[in-house]
Amino acid sequence: MEVSTKTEDRFCVVSVLHERIDAAAALEFKDAMRQTTANAPAVVILDLQKVDFIDSSGLGAIVATMKHLMPQRALVLAGLTPAVDKVFKLTRMDSVFSVFGTLDAALTAHRA
Amino acid sequence: MSHPSAVPPPLLNPFAFTVESSPLATRKALRRVLDALQPLALDPEVASTVELVLAEALNNIVEHAYPDPKTPGPIHLACHHAPDGLHFHLRDTGLPMPGGQPPLSMAQTVDSETEDLPEGGFGWFLIRDLAKDLTYRRVNRENHLGLRLAVALSSQACASASDRPD
Repeated sequence: MEVSTKTEDRFCVVSVLHERIDAAAALEFKDAMRQTTANAPAVVILDLQKVDFIDSSGLGAIVATMKHLMPQRALVLAGLTPAVDKVFKLTRMDSVFSVFGTLDAALTAHRA
Repeated sequence: MSHPSAVPPPLLNPFAFTVESSPLATRKALRRVLDALQPLALDPEVASTVELVLAEALNNIVEHAYPDPKTPGPIHLACHHAPDGLHFHLRDTGLPMPGGQPPLSMAQTVDSETEDLPEGGFGWFLIRDLAKDLTYRRVNRENHLGLRLAVALSSQACASASDRPD
């Protein structure tokens, strides 16, 4: 699973470059997230704007990533496409994460 | 001036195919379904609902009906379009569902402590939430799962036809 990571002082941004976080990609996603956030600062912003599909396995992998980062670090979601947003809303997991509509909104909030 | 929405879309021809169970079987099957549904020109939001429900049903077969990757088996998918939506039928020769019925959707406990948050169990919740007329039967050592998605309804087409200015 290809991700790109940019680190600032207080947060890092991990952008998922793959279009799908589905059952076939969930393990790879978790592994990639563990590796790329090994030395991450207190906030990890997960940029999902290129992801146009997640299923329940992908959702589970994102939850697992958040738990892995806890308690020292928080996982924040940004740039959810409509199909991804729907899965979070239906399962009410949107209430568990900080969710920003766009990456810019997440960056602004965390630079402030 | 033409009014494309005024013409009720014809019902899609039924289609069916078989894929061999594998980690990538779900993606393959979904691509074929979405290609086959192209003539309906579904709204992306609607198409994503179809994709999500079928992904969950197919993943369930790949992971639980054929849990051993060394002994995969066929997954048959059939679809027909009726006035009340898209009817899907999935058939496999794998293990039966425990208890002879699809799992009830787990009550999601999203207000629990972070460390107790569920990482699974969302699949059947999504299927039951989004699909109608869910049926499961075990017949002749085969699993038969039926479901309907209330999309591409012909009543919608009728409604838009009646909106047509004379």
